[in-house]
Amino acid sequence: MPRIFAYIIHRSGMFDDSGAELLAAAKRIDPTATPTAIIAGWGPNLDAACSSLQTSFPEIWKIANEALAYPNAEVVRHALVSILPAGSIVLVLHDHFGIDLAPGLSIKLNAAFVSDVLAIEGVEGNFLKVVRQELGGQVSTHARCDISTGAVINVRPGAFKPEPDVTAAGEVVDKSSSVGTLSAKRRYIETIVAEGGDVDITKHAVLVSIGRGIQEKDNVVIAEELAEALGAAVSCSRPVVDAKWMEKSRQVGSSGKTVKPKVYLACGISGAFQHLAGIKGSPFLIAINKNPKAPIFQIADVGIVDDILEFLPLLTEKVRELRGAAAK
Amino acid sequence: MEILVCARRVPDTSENEIEVNAAGNDIERDDLVYSINEPDNYAVEEALQIRDRVGGNVTVVTVGGEDDEEILRRELAMGANQAALVSDDAFAGSDGRGIATVLKAFVQKGKYDLILTGVQADDGAAQVGGMLAAMLDYPFASLVNSIAVEDGKLKVSREIEGGNREVNEIDLPCVLSIQTGINEPRYVGMRGIRQVASVPIPTVGATDLGVDANAVGEAGAKVRRIDYFVPAAGKGAEILRGSREENADKVLELVAAKGGLK
Amino acid sequence: MVGIYSPADATNWLVPGRSLYLTIHLLGVVCFSYIVARRLMPLVRAQRDFRFDRPLARLGNVFKYWFGQWKHPRYKFAGVLHILIFAGFILLVLRAFALLTIGREHFELLGLTGRFGHLYDVVTDYAATVVFLCMIVAVVRRLVFKPARYAVPAKFGRPHTADAVFLLGLIALLMAADSLFAASKAAGHVQQGQPAEALAVLSLPWILQGLIASAPLATVATLNVSAYLVHELAFYFLLCYRPFGIQFHVETSLLSVYFAKLVRGKIKPVRWGVSDEHLDQVKSFGVKTFEDFTWKHMLDFYSCADCGRCADNCPAYAAGRPLAPRFLTIKARDYAFQQYPVFGKAHNSRPLVGTIYSEDEIWSCTTCGACEEECPLLIEYIDKIVDLRRGLVDEGNVPQSLQKALKALESRGNPYGKMERKKADWIKAADFQAAFSVQTLSAKNPADTLYFVDSITSYDDRMQSIGRSTARILTHIGENFGVLGAAEKDSGHEVRRFGEETLFLALRDHNTEAIQASGATKIVTADPHAFNALKHDYKDIPPVEHISQVIAREVKSGKIQFKRVHNENSVYAYHDPCYLGRHNQVYDDPREVLDAIPGLKRVEMKRARDRSFCCGGGGLMLFYEPKEEQRMGVLRVRMAAEAGANVIVTACPFCMVNIEDAIKVAGLEGKMSAIDLTELADQQIACVPAAEQEAGKVFEDQELVSGR
Repeated sequence: MPRIFAYIIHRSGMFDDSGAELLAAAKRIDPTATPTAIIAGWGPNLDAACSSLQTSFPEIWKIANEALAYPNAEVVRHALVSILPAGSIVLVLHDHFGIDLAPGLSIKLNAAFVSDVLAIEGVEGNFLKVVRQELGGQVSTHARCDISTGAVINVRPGAFKPEPDVTAAGEVVDKSSSVGTLSAKRRYIETIVAEGGDVDITKHAVLVSIGRGIQEKDNVVIAEELAEALGAAVSCSRPVVDAKWMEKSRQVGSSGKTVKPKVYLACGISGAFQHLAGIKGSPFLIAINKNPKAPIFQIADVGIVDDILEFLPLLTEKVRELRGAAAK
Repeated sequence: MEILVCARRVPDTSENEIEVNAAGNDIERDDLVYSINEPDNYAVEEALQIRDRVGGNVTVVTVGGEDDEEILRRELAMGANQAALVSDDAFAGSDGRGIATVLKAFVQKGKYDLILTGVQADDGAAQVGGMLAAMLDYPFASLVNSIAVEDGKLKVSREIEGGNREVNEIDLPCVLSIQTGINEPRYVGMRGIRQVASVPIPTVGATDLGVDANAVGEAGAKVRRIDYFVPAAGKGAEILRGSREENADKVLELVAAKGGLK
Repeated sequence: MVGIYSPADATNWLVPGRSLYLTIHLLGVVCFSYIVARRLMPLVRAQRDFRFDRPLARLGNVFKYWFGQWKHPRYKFAGVLHILIFAGFILLVLRAFALLTIGREHFELLGLTGRFGHLYDVVTDYAATVVFLCMIVAVVRRLVFKPARYAVPAKFGRPHTADAVFLLGLIALLMAADSLFAASKAAGHVQQGQPAEALAVLSLPWILQGLIASAPLATVATLNVSAYLVHELAFYFLLCYRPFGIQFHVETSLLSVYFAKLVRGKIKPVRWGVSDEHLDQVKSFGVKTFEDFTWKHMLDFYSCADCGRCADNCPAYAAGRPLAPRFLTIKARDYAFQQYPVFGKAHNSRPLVGTIYSEDEIWSCTTCGACEEECPLLIEYIDKIVDLRRGLVDEGNVPQSLQKALKALESRGNPYGKMERKKADWIKAADFQAAFSVQTLSAKNPADTLYFVDSITSYDDRMQSIGRSTARILTHIGENFGVLGAAEKDSGHEVRRFGEETLFLALRDHNTEAIQASGATKIVTADPHAFNALKHDYKDIPPVEHISQVIAREVKSGKIQFKRVHNENSVYAYHDPCYLGRHNQVYDDPREVLDAIPGLKRVEMKRARDRSFCCGGGGLMLFYEPKEEQRMGVLRVRMAAEAGANVIVTACPFCMVNIEDAIKVAGLEGKMSAIDLTELADQQIACVPAAEQEAGKVFEDQELVSGR
């Protein structure tokens, strides 16, 4: 069985549970695997990131290099090519960084590349069997990947549930000296932050999230009133931002924010996968939609087939009543 | 600037449910219509706009069969200077790497400063651009949503998380994968296509490109699709079937139980 | 010697009248001719326009709309004012020429002598007085009462009030000078003991005569000569100034009305004189630069009197979209004046869109025709909008939201991109299919009547109910009918009106073939847009009727009998769909159907029949994302509420989409509902068993309409 690596992306030492997701994916390839995490960066942030990985990965390869202070895929690729053993399997999260890094990496490693993998069904001989989606998620496919010369596998964010009680006493191996000088024909300049709003939806435990079903800019206030009563924030799906009914900073989804609330009220949201991609941490999902066939009902915990323009004001009223009663 | 855009013809699935055929080895294609992959169309528009700003030529290429010529015709009508159909039986069954190998050979037959692809096609893999760049040792940026031409290099921004944009400087020649929304592609109707009906579109084969037939096609593929299937629907939500009043009470109770009422 | 002489004999500051007035005449006529010639320059470079057929119909238009001022009373006050001024001008024409000529010669126009001449003098004394008073009223109206429709929003330029008041003042001056000339002449003659002209009692000349009667003869004589000179100067100044603004319509309106479009609902060809088959040879489609307009359309620009009635009735303008027909014209006219200056060379033309028009402005029009219905001078707008859109489409400048729909129309024959084989899925609703069969027509399976369903009724969940109601009604009256099913593509009505002529022709050719193959001898549709397309845009197909015409006929024949309305509290208002009403004058049939339903209470909205207010537009307009302050539909629904109605009856699936949406947006859900005429007729037809009715379902269905 080839050796499995997980490339961990971090932002100034902070990372989400994608490391745990990659670990779970590695276990799906080989339940006995002891995957190695690779993390690159520069400065004290990197050491902080390494130490937090030690609790889940048995081994962590650290690449410290000033050129890696910002995760530039081309530089990371050069570094990885110089340290990865031939025939390795490399797991990368299929996000904007993974899309930048992985296809080219597979060429340089002369390894197979499978993109956006949703599930791994195991290895038979030299072949890894995976599940992917095509045609905008309308059909799934099984694909067979020849791993005899190694593989780079991009894993869909959120597709692999982290295993609950992973413990490890990981050893940090410094590979910095093996990567040599790193230069790139592409240079990072700056990040233009999307216009920030007054509310940070990523920090709220309860989100009242609205979609196309809100119908009108004037109706947004209905959601705002409920959120205010609940002590929650209002977030939304892409069509609401496209219609300029709410600011971009309120958008949940792959091109918006990633949120991790405890409770998520999806109001008039159909449930496109791009939207769902922004909901992390398995919140309790309540869907209200007047179309009983809306895909959101497939993944919600509780569903109500109703018009949000009628239902939400009633709910607001009930919350206020409850609050009023509690205050007495 | 000499710009090459790699485009692909894909089934238009936006408004129609896709069904898997009885054998499970393909989707039902009888009722499908095909068009250019949407991000590729944005890539062509971007190429045309860059050309109109700084001069040069735009070439559109696709790897495929006779049927795929229609998208090249459409892109010529949009304003591309030339188009080429790269087609050979040996290419059938290629994986992303195979397509990138063919395109690499095509690129090396010409001289291009900038190569654009759409960010992803119908298979959702988002792979050919990055592979092609690595094969050519060109720098690469994915999910590009703006391009500014500077001296000998480009300033591009990429779509990253949270609606933020990552700005990079990238040397030419390079490969960029273009995200939708970077521009507003111009409209091409039947009239435009008719006007370029007589423009010749050369077909280029494996021998023209000097591509080793074993490196591409089914033989060279490291990744193969085995089947198509529709996953069984999940258990779905517990649908509350009470009155509106009862449903609201229940929701409130659930929100409180899950710690949503502080 | 002091006294009243003919102006020709009078001496003005040592210049003999004859020479002075000859100079003024010559200068005036030369200037006017030169200016008009310059104004004609763009018309010479314009596109062809075939307007020379049916002279009798055209003369009829001139008689009715120009001479008869037919449209004017639609605005009572301004209309009557204009009719008075117009009548005054017509009456004064001879007097004006007579007055001009006496500057040169002692000359009385033939026929203006004797008793008739005297009578004419009396009449024109009053005419001048009336025109003078009208000018005063008009100025007061402009300056004090400021009717809203004259306002110019900042986005469309600067206010036109100063120009208007200046012109009104000039005409008033002309009338005053004319009157003073007559008054001083009469007063002078009295003082000189000569036979004096009897001025019309209480007319302006009469009043002026009274005022100056006792003035010294010298003063009276000076007044007489001065009044004549002022009249001369004002007349020629006005003549030469008119081609610089709205007053040009005095000269051009007659031609504009004569050459006006004769058939409504039709769209002009891409190029006059080029057949559909040869269109591929036309290098450029539509209007891109000013010279791409036809000469008639340019004449329209000159003829606009800036009365603001078009914009006042334009739903796009009312909803705050960046379009007003009035400014479409005014901007083009100003641009023409600027590009073709009176002195100097014509400038090179630039694309109009991006220079004087914005893309949103051109896409904002629903082609409802309210502006054309209102224009007293029959100025055309829809053809110009369509031509401008053709230009945009040809350049690829099409909004993304429309591109999607157009591409789907090209590949699938419907704007939604739905599969052809699902075109007849509306028939497959369980309860419907159990009781009714709708056959699919073909050469092998022909029928008398073809029901042309069109895209929205075929594919939209809510509108499918209109299809089923139509089929039930046709079944009820015993019609042998069928549909084209998968062979039917979109009628292309909006495809043509959105400027995609090539795609429209492809859709039309496909449908024409399918219709011909069906063997049908008549066509029925419940979609006014399809109705208008089949009637005006298609050729070589059987005659087409809207379902409301069929129902009205069968109500009269007794085949259809209605039962009493269920809910006595419902008050119905009929909303005229633009393409049934204004474009095809079907106003009465739907109302007759409603009035035939026992117990049905019907009210009229203020805007009804040919003044109906567009709901927001159909076809591709549903895909366009306009920049607007509010929805047209909301305005329309409020009008229905104002009329005291709680059910809006429409006869068009697109009206249904817009109005049902608007009811929700206006917050009138539960208080107001909408129903299609076919659905209402279907549910009221006496012998249809209740179980098969969708009457109750109609309202439930609304819930399923996804947010548009």
